[in-house]
Amino acid sequence: MTSEPDISRSLVIKDLSVEIDGREILKGFNLTVPKGEVHAIMGPNGTGKSTLAKVLAGHEDYTVTGGQVLMDGIDLLAMSVDERSRAGMFLAFQYPNEIPGVSNANFIRAARQARLPDGEEIDAVAFYKEMYAKMAELEMDKSFTGRSVNEGFSGGEKKRNEILQMMMLDPKYAVLDETDSGLDIDALKVVAQGVNSLRSKDRGFLVITHYQRLLSYIVPDIVHVMWDGRIVRSGGKDLALELEEKGYEWVKEELAA
Amino acid sequence: MSHDSATLEAVQIESDGNFSYPEDYDLDAGYGLNAGVVDYISNVKDEADWLRDFRQRALKVFEDKPMPTHWASRDLENIHFQNIRYYLAKKQRATRNWEDVPDDVKRTFERLGIPEKERKFLAGVEAQFDSEAAYSNIKDEVAKDGVIFVNSTEGLREHPELFRKWFGKVIPTGDNKFSALNSAVFSGGSFIYVPPGVKVRHPLQAYFRINAEQFGQFERTLIIVDEGAEVTYMEGCTAPKFDTATLHSAVVELVAMKDAKIQYITVQNWSNNVFNLVTKRAIAHENAEVRWIDCNIGSRLTMKYPGVVMKGRKARGEVISIALANTGQHQDTGAKMIHAADETTSNVVSKSISVGEGRSTYRGQVHIPRHLKGCRNNTECDALLINSRSRTDTYPAITVRGNQHAVQHEASVSQVSAEQIFYMQQRGLSEGEAMSLSVNGFVNDLVREFPMEYSVELKRLIDLEMEGSVG
Repeated sequence: MTSEPDISRSLVIKDLSVEIDGREILKGFNLTVPKGEVHAIMGPNGTGKSTLAKVLAGHEDYTVTGGQVLMDGIDLLAMSVDERSRAGMFLAFQYPNEIPGVSNANFIRAARQARLPDGEEIDAVAFYKEMYAKMAELEMDKSFTGRSVNEGFSGGEKKRNEILQMMMLDPKYAVLDETDSGLDIDALKVVAQGVNSLRSKDRGFLVITHYQRLLSYIVPDIVHVMWDGRIVRSGGKDLALELEEKGYEWVKEELAA
Repeated sequence: MSHDSATLEAVQIESDGNFSYPEDYDLDAGYGLNAGVVDYISNVKDEADWLRDFRQRALKVFEDKPMPTHWASRDLENIHFQNIRYYLAKKQRATRNWEDVPDDVKRTFERLGIPEKERKFLAGVEAQFDSEAAYSNIKDEVAKDGVIFVNSTEGLREHPELFRKWFGKVIPTGDNKFSALNSAVFSGGSFIYVPPGVKVRHPLQAYFRINAEQFGQFERTLIIVDEGAEVTYMEGCTAPKFDTATLHSAVVELVAMKDAKIQYITVQNWSNNVFNLVTKRAIAHENAEVRWIDCNIGSRLTMKYPGVVMKGRKARGEVISIALANTGQHQDTGAKMIHAADETTSNVVSKSISVGEGRSTYRGQVHIPRHLKGCRNNTECDALLINSRSRTDTYPAITVRGNQHAVQHEASVSQVSAEQIFYMQQRGLSEGEAMSLSVNGFVNDLVREFPMEYSVELKRLIDLEMEGSVG
């Protein structure tokens, strides 16, 4: 971490400024997440954490007014939402959407199919075998394959389902937007286990959270504190504990000083 | 035939899809509608006097009836009856070269996986492919059980007693302006009779029968299923019909005798210039069951409200329909359930999808008179809007008198939201793929009612429609 990160193996966000409805949310945001590392972003509500997640995924409501984002050296912002996904960017949603009538299995299968070259078909038997194994890891009942995507799922089930999709899509970079919200401690452990099983030298994680709790289970390499559209402090995993203890007011006071 | 300005204008109108056809038919009824044209059709078919009279009377009724624009779309006023050909004999069918078929049409055929030979037929290039053989196989097979499966002209000629007994009884000439039009100029369509107790195992496919002749503009179908007998009839196919004719107006009459069962399945995909104005109705006698399964895609304006008159005790009627309206299209569909006996049951499930500037309308009529008891109706109509410019309306007319009935009506309108599409795209699906997955999800439970091969085709068709609707 002391050496310069390799741009061709990193998610690099440089001087990123973003507006929504004419209001500036990200104000020259800088962050580099090399593959193999887990970075956590903490901060109070309204500082732009979720905006960052949505912008990385390419949500059309947000306007990038400056800066750039490179994923392994490739201009992420020039790509459409689905291109980014297929190129390896995954976002675990804070509020996953429901898709009535579309089974979970069909949805994930369609997403996998979208990554294959034209004319190539998924091997259905191997696909189900793989999915059932991953569902077992996440302690999801097999019946979830046949249920409509997120429809009638509890908060915890929705989050598990996000992690299942992440596992099945094998992204290069995964952004987890408040994945801990709405989870009880048991579900949190299961979800964290799923994420940890995906940690690898070929994958980078950006874990966005309001609370330290999640970071006891997904132990980050670096913790960043976000304030008013920028990162204002970075440190090791102990920074999260310090924040938990002293609260965000502490950061505010430090900034004012 | 002279090339006067009216002719040229009509050809232009009718060749909206870049098609043209030669104008040197040695034999046709010409353009426009009058007593002479109707007579001409009767002459070609060498019809009996009663049928000649029937047609002529129908023409009068057609002429006297106003366009139903007081409740229906004003777009009906754009039908120019004098610019239409009402009859082309079999041998004078339109021909065109495969090279003349637009590339996008050819691509559509490819995407739908339609075999080469069939493509040429569907594009109107070839007169027929193997339908003749397929049809005669089916016909011979069912004939062993005494089932009659012929076209309406043959039915009238070979089985006049049977035909006449029910012809125009389910849907009288004067039912509406377009049933009157059909009654005056009909040709083509099926005549089916299933004797008592015979359960036809395989669906009878009009596809083959109609292909063996030509697509009729004014088809007339009459199906009579005798006591305790059963049949499934399938009409249409998912391949787009690139027809030169702009007006299609069919009449379909079904008669289900005591304990009989009829299932009538339609999948239609018209080209964008077609007015598709169809009257479909069934009579269900005691303990009989009639199901209309109807899928409408394409056309400029479709008006179709399949109905069941439940005439005998414990009769059952059902309409299951899917309509997809893309930009420039109006699907005005629904159902009519007329309860005319005790303990009759009807069920209507309608799903419509409006995409772009497409418009869907549901019109449902449920009628239960005061003197009956123990009748039940369930109506569900769900509409899906794919963007804010599209439109959907629901006009339910439920008349229930008496207090010994159970009636239930549910309607919903939902939208494929931008957030939902974003979520799906974030998983790697293109916008078009995301939309078609949403639409397929919406109609999923109804598609299961379709025979296997139809449901697969239907899914592919929806994919194509959605792909095309992404800017």
